Amino acid sequence: MLNKWKLDTWITLTFGRDQAATCNTAHNKTPMSPHTISLTVNKQAIIVEVDPSETLAQLLRNRLRLTGTKIGCEEAECGACTVLVDDEPILSCVYPAVRAQGRRVLTIEGLAPNPRAGELHPLQEAFVTHGAVQCGFCIPGQIMTAAALLREKPHPTGEDIRKALKDTLCRCAGYPTIERAIQAAAHALRTGEPVPPPTCPPSSEPLYAVGKLHKRPDALEKVTGEAKYTDDLHFPGMLHAKVRRAGVPHAIVQRIDVSKARALPGVAAVLTAEDIPGECNHGLVVYDWPSLIGEGERVRYVGDALAIVAAETPELAEEALALIEVELDPQPVISDPVQARRPDSPKLHENGNLLKHIKVRKGDPAKGFSEADIVLERTYHTATTDHAFLEPECAIARPTEEGRLEVYVGSQIPYADRHQIARVLGWPEERVRVVGQLMGGGFGGKEDIAGQIHAALLAVATGRPVKLLYDRHESLIAHPKRHATQIRVKIGARRDGSLMAVETELYGDTGAYASLGEKVMTRATTHSAGPYEVPHVRADCYAMYTNNPPAGAFRGFGVTQSAFAIESMMDELAERLGMDPVELRRKNALRVGGVTNTGQVLRESVGLLECIEKVEDEMRRRADGDPFEPKTPPHAPHLRRAWGLAVAYKNTGLGGGAPDKARAEVELFEDGTLEARTSSAELGQGLVTVIQLIAAEALSMPPERVRVLVMDTDLTPDGGPTTASRQTYVTGNAVRMAATVLREGMARTLAERYDRPPHEIRFIEGLAHVNGHKVPLGEVARMMKAEGREPRVLYEYWAPETKPLGQGGDMHFAFSFAAQAAEVEVNTLTGEVRVLTVIAATDAGKVINPLGYLGQVEGGVMMGLGNALTEHFILEQGRPFTDRMARYRIPSIVHAPEIISIPVEHVSKDGPYGAKGMGEIVSIPTTPAITNAIYHAVGVRIDRLPVDQEQIALALAARSAR
Amino acid sequence: MQLWRHYHLAQSIPDALRALAEAEGPASIIAGGTDLLLDLEQGRRSPVHTLVDVTRIEAMRVVEIRNASLFVGAAAPLNQIVASPLVAEHAQALNEACALIGGPQVRNAATLGGNVAHALPAADGTIALTALNAQAEIATQNGRRLTPLIDLFLGPGQSALNPQEEMLTGFLLPLRARGEASAFRRVMRPQGVAIAILNMGVWLRREGDRIVKARISVGPSGPTPRRLRATEQALCGRSPTSQVLAEAAQTLLREARFRTSRHRATTTYRQHVAAILLEETLLTAWERAGAG
Repeated sequence: MLNKWKLDTWITLTFGRDQAATCNTAHNKTPMSPHTISLTVNKQAIIVEVDPSETLAQLLRNRLRLTGTKIGCEEAECGACTVLVDDEPILSCVYPAVRAQGRRVLTIEGLAPNPRAGELHPLQEAFVTHGAVQCGFCIPGQIMTAAALLREKPHPTGEDIRKALKDTLCRCAGYPTIERAIQAAAHALRTGEPVPPPTCPPSSEPLYAVGKLHKRPDALEKVTGEAKYTDDLHFPGMLHAKVRRAGVPHAIVQRIDVSKARALPGVAAVLTAEDIPGECNHGLVVYDWPSLIGEGERVRYVGDALAIVAAETPELAEEALALIEVELDPQPVISDPVQARRPDSPKLHENGNLLKHIKVRKGDPAKGFSEADIVLERTYHTATTDHAFLEPECAIARPTEEGRLEVYVGSQIPYADRHQIARVLGWPEERVRVVGQLMGGGFGGKEDIAGQIHAALLAVATGRPVKLLYDRHESLIAHPKRHATQIRVKIGARRDGSLMAVETELYGDTGAYASLGEKVMTRATTHSAGPYEVPHVRADCYAMYTNNPPAGAFRGFGVTQSAFAIESMMDELAERLGMDPVELRRKNALRVGGVTNTGQVLRESVGLLECIEKVEDEMRRRADGDPFEPKTPPHAPHLRRAWGLAVAYKNTGLGGGAPDKARAEVELFEDGTLEARTSSAELGQGLVTVIQLIAAEALSMPPERVRVLVMDTDLTPDGGPTTASRQTYVTGNAVRMAATVLREGMARTLAERYDRPPHEIRFIEGLAHVNGHKVPLGEVARMMKAEGREPRVLYEYWAPETKPLGQGGDMHFAFSFAAQAAEVEVNTLTGEVRVLTVIAATDAGKVINPLGYLGQVEGGVMMGLGNALTEHFILEQGRPFTDRMARYRIPSIVHAPEIISIPVEHVSKDGPYGAKGMGEIVSIPTTPAITNAIYHAVGVRIDRLPVDQEQIALALAARSAR
Repeated sequence: MQLWRHYHLAQSIPDALRALAEAEGPASIIAGGTDLLLDLEQGRRSPVHTLVDVTRIEAMRVVEIRNASLFVGAAAPLNQIVASPLVAEHAQALNEACALIGGPQVRNAATLGGNVAHALPAADGTIALTALNAQAEIATQNGRRLTPLIDLFLGPGQSALNPQEEMLTGFLLPLRARGEASAFRRVMRPQGVAIAILNMGVWLRREGDRIVKARISVGPSGPTPRRLRATEQALCGRSPTSQVLAEAAQTLLREARFRTSRHRATTTYRQHVAAILLEETLLTAWERAGAG
């Protein structure tokens, strides 16, 4: 009974709908009043009935299945849901669908003039070719916002672009590349010429495929809106899950009564700890994190789960949550790690509050300090921060007819998910299949279990598919964060700048559960004296449990924190010595033959000095005189500008004696294509491109003919965790070796067929050259099969062995190095800080994928900038204050400085084509480079993150009052 | 959970008033909805029965000269206000304030009416309108009336409007005469709550090297948006030399009641920023007034 829509009349319908009525029995007698609206979506006229409270985003995504429009926050902050209504960009997550009546709606799916024919809009093409696409989740919003801009301003300035994209956030944060892509598209639109290519330089020594510019294999689907992330999947009969969380940081559960929730019509299951068939706890290193907290048990943080619900709709599940009755006995809250270590603090876990005391010992620090001419000491504090990946966590569990369970999820460690899910279900691991989905960013925040286990429990209990999607609020509350730290640094040096001793004491807040806390804080500790040769070192770290949200992996993995401390201290030392801060670093920098704090002799691939030199040259070239002297820009007497510099190193791989291995499989098909498979995770960082290029290189075949399949525990072998900047090196080597063995197999077959020695066979651009013949690789695959040989190789690669901390020797098999210089502008009146320029030299060994490399540098710098200036996950006695995107602020394009990337390629002997990890190192020196620059500009030393403009302003005011 | 049950796209002001009056439960006007919908979803406002959408009422979307005043419709999207040559000419402070709110997507939906109706003490649009001596046009079943904008605010988030009977339809601003000008400035913090630490609107009339009349608004400096009348007085008849500005700043600090807001700013910092904003905003308006 649809009412006829008339052009000039708005008819408010007041009839009821069965579904709507049942949805709302709880609190209102009058039925919902749906509307029939008529609109065009992507040039197609449609008439559709909408609920009054439905948003345009919900209509597009859930009912029209136009899932290219993404939901990142549902609070008008991130811009991912941007669509055009009558050519103007709006946020569809806060746009009532009713309001679209009579409007023209354009989504990413309809942007290209003829999308069905595979045509691309110049913006889509430019985003692909320029490498502006990383995780891809924000890309539809970026492109739609940019499309509206270019319609209005065909010749945009950089300022126009930054204004237009101000609130369209990208957490991979390739903002400079996004700007260049928009300019390239604007050029194409204005002139009708092809989209200009990117100017990104290749590797200094490009190989056949490696080191050259290539399009990401998954970029195309990400710019058209076709790419599916977990929440974009729908299964027939699917239920929606919600989690009842404790909401208090510390308590003992007295009672949980779910009877009313179970009785609500439309609710399929409500589960508590009693209903867990297997082990209750999960965890990556220590099984200390209960999937559900039962009666009589301890709540350790606000996000602890007490009950889970599956219902026919998300709204019903939400309603059921409100019917769960909970009684909690509040306990005293431990809100910081120093408090946690006091003997009188309550014990959060059976073994107390100390997760781990980590020690580094080298030489005799007392002797070192006594021989030093100058000794400085200062304590630094770093804040809890959130990954704020734009795609909130989502997991779908689906029982199969064969009695197995499939779990669709964006996870950084699919096999660890499988293990942990099976453990809680009490099933053998093989009965669970984790089908990894595209991820809208991870940055370490998708290593732990989020909703996977809860969705699995509910799916098994109901026999139906169950989707558990977090909203931004839940994501911010529940998942592990970056460790807040307190770091005391004592440093001793000779008058000539030679470091004599460094002593550090670290407290790390690992929150309620271990997650990767021990590993993170170990890295913070071992790197806490910086990338310097120091004869005497002592470092003690206390990784403490508290009632804050758990802290775990986050790009930089502890080194972000300790680098801020030591690099700030190095600048202070330089000042006290009257020495140039670059010179002080150069004097003490690790080089080949140097010995790290943990006693590791660096035998190769130490590009730190070259990084320093390259950054220094560029900085001095740009600076007007001494870069560390404050300058006042013309016509702005209240502004001061100066440069700051910092350096860092970061291990590649797990290290510390942990076996670090990856499996990869390659298979050649008769159509001449190759498939490379590994469970390693693509979270936006570009692993699929790296694998594609490495396989193509090893087989001398065009990269376009290499498909990459990742993250499926049934179809792909275990590549290990995507953490510790290890995938390019470890899985990259597994792929390289698998491809190499395949190549040898092909050579053997051809050698026999053509009766030539295998070494005479050459592989060139997808053809095997043998005895004057050029054989296509598909043909070789056929030959191999005819001989009964499978053109398929599975390879398990073991990275070089490492030693546990405390045993000396190689704690890590490779390190990456970086130097960065930042130019800041400080407003001496308000204390506001702006970063103008960052020069980033990175030694990550060989550059495999230049566009991906640049994306990592830009995004890493932006994340380091956020860590310095915008990001602060504020906790008040264990309760998050920053529980919305509106309060947890990540850098936007308006914060983006000019970023100059200088690759420094000190190849690593055992890395694939000489590559080392780079995902983390690029982010580490940025924060101290910025805070050192602030000091040089206005003389205020920042020892607590994030930078507080109020502190700067009031310090300057006090100084001028004196 | 349904946070509202009925959504009415009003076609005229009487239609909207009727929908408000006839609603079977609590009702609210919705314009851009960029704040209201989030307040409802995040539980800062209790659910309503009916939302009355006014974004299609042409009379509320216009920006025009009316009876020797500048009329800005309450449902005109902020981007339209920013783009309006009339606003740029007669109400520079409003132009600057609206350009600073949100990003382009938000400004394509958000309205000045919404900004004022939320009655927040530091809303950028409201602070600019206060300095510009705006009057609010309010429609009721019995006709329309004009009231000084400043009288609409009872406390933080509390509007004097009766939500079931009255609606804000627009704002009337005096046209700018020769020697008059305005300006708006604000200071933000990059972390935490995305609301201005302090914002300020200044309007003044200049004769030669003297300020003859001034209006200054600052937020947040109390439970409601307010004028700083003693500070205005301290500037009248004087030239804005550094000495005069310093004295005016002292008056401002005595007059305004700055508080410490958690994770946003301390009283001390607000006082510090207020003096800086006063100088910067006032001198901007002063220069503009001198330029014609």
